[in-house]
Amino acid sequence: MKDTILSFEDVKLIYHTVRGETVATEGLTFSVEEGEFVAIIGPSGCGKSTLLSLAAGLLTPSEGTVVRRGSVGYMLQRDELFPWRTIEKNLFLPLEVKKKLTPDAKRRARALAEKYGLGDFLQSYPAQLSGGMRQRAALIRTLAAEPDVLLLDEPFSALDYQTRLNVTQDVSEIIRSEGKTALLITHDISEAISLADRVIVLTGRPARVAHVHTLDFGAVTDPLRRRENGQFSGWFELLWKELNA
Amino acid sequence: MKHTETFSAEHRAFLKKRRLRLALVWTLRIGLLLGLLILWELSTRLGWADPFLTSSPSRIAQTIASLYEEGTLFYHIGTTLWETAVGFAAATVLGCTVALALWWSDLLHRVLEPYIVVLNALPKIALGPLIIIWFGTGSEAIVFMTVIVGLIVVIMHMLTAFLAADPGKVLLLRSMGASKFQILKKLVIPSSLASFISMLKVAVGMSWIGSIMGEYIVSRAGLGYLIVYGGQVFKLDLVLSATCILALLAAVMYFLIALLEKLLVKNAES
Ligand SMILES: Nc1ncnc2c1ncn2[C@@H]1O[C@H](COP(=O)(O)OP(=O)(O)OP(=O)(O)O)[C@@H](O)[C@H]1O
Ligand SMILES: [Mg+2]
Repeated sequence: MKDTILSFEDVKLIYHTVRGETVATEGLTFSVEEGEFVAIIGPSGCGKSTLLSLAAGLLTPSEGTVVRRGSVGYMLQRDELFPWRTIEKNLFLPLEVKKKLTPDAKRRARALAEKYGLGDFLQSYPAQLSGGMRQRAALIRTLAAEPDVLLLDEPFSALDYQTRLNVTQDVSEIIRSEGKTALLITHDISEAISLADRVIVLTGRPARVAHVHTLDFGAVTDPLRRRENGQFSGWFELLWKELNA
Repeated sequence: MKHTETFSAEHRAFLKKRRLRLALVWTLRIGLLLGLLILWELSTRLGWADPFLTSSPSRIAQTIASLYEEGTLFYHIGTTLWETAVGFAAATVLGCTVALALWWSDLLHRVLEPYIVVLNALPKIALGPLIIIWFGTGSEAIVFMTVIVGLIVVIMHMLTAFLAADPGKVLLLRSMGASKFQILKKLVIPSSLASFISMLKVAVGMSWIGSIMGEYIVSRAGLGYLIVYGGQVFKLDLVLSATCILALLAAVMYFLIALLEKLLVKNAES
């Protein structure tokens, strides 16, 4: 149907330290199609962040191959906005780094900010924004460079529950309406179910694919609506069991 | 600043209380100084203390006035100020450069680490004779002393700041494809600004130590020279005059940096 934008093939990664070596992933194989929203869940410490670093090309696999078509945008657990830059300057950061800070790109970044409710805060500093707003700014910064794949490493886990539901809602809406491909790491099962088209369950370390599920919520992509959906608890139970197997 | 009339009575009372408090602090500060000076002066006039040993504010004022009339006051001040300022600037520039190099190359950092630790622990005054032999007894020797006293402190302070750059932000920049130079420019240097200013404050203090120490060892001019000379010929008036001027200059230099801090912080936010 669509093109594969990211694929892992039998990937193994070993971390070396003086104390010894840690095999973070081994025999890891999966792929992400264009326009797809994939969530990855796994026990803590199993190698999820490692997987994203591999996907971003920040780590080179010890064995196997990672093939990526296009550019990536990384979003982390903390917003990592630079406190000495205004929100606008923060949004421009990836463009500056990639030397693509054209008037056109600036206009696009500002338009994104306007569209997703940050228009009034462009000249504010991160410290003046709430946690939820900051995370939204971090997403828009990621989108400003127009990446082909979004890599999200537990982007909501530092937020309190209420904010988290709201930001999840926002982020889902933004990613869906921008038609972006996304790979989301989380250890929150309900977050995975409410956001993704497909959920990949990893084993404990070294991380390997244990199960893959395509979620058939039909056309329902709204996280809150999904949570109200009858299938939700079924998925939750299944994933819970698989994660704790 | 908002208009006072929009504030509640309670808030106005709060503001008034703060203003009074501030006024009290300043009155006491100045009062303390004046009180000490008066006590000092009186104790010598009333014969409680021997002015030959303790000098007195009026004798200090006279000494400074006569230095001025001889035309040597600003010569001595200028000499010390120049040595301190040059040493301070050189230590800062050189220290930051070395710290940058050490941040850039982990290998260099590892190799040089023990040398830096030893140089930091070494009492610089031990180098006095060497400095005299190498640089003679002119200003160069004193500037050199000032630099070595400040340099290691600057390096260690700035390197710590550079290495403390948030690893999450480094990861973020790397994911954007940033080069090492870009990480330095966009993250490491801006995030070290606060440390840079606190380093300047420490370095100014070190520079005064260096220049006065240098003048103690070798010199024919400067405030440190006046102090040593005054001590040798038992002119306590001269020793204390030079010390008072030194205190004043050190305070001025510190406030200049505090001012710079305000400017930089303001600039960083606009
Ligand atoms: N730079 C590193 N050097 C050595 N070992 C590492 C390094 N980074 C991670 N590890 C180890 O690799 C394993 C996987 O780490 P990773 O951060 O990928 O797990 P994770 O699933 O993201 O964990 P968490 O749930 O805590 O986010 C862990 O055991 C970790 O200790
Ligand atoms: Mg992780």
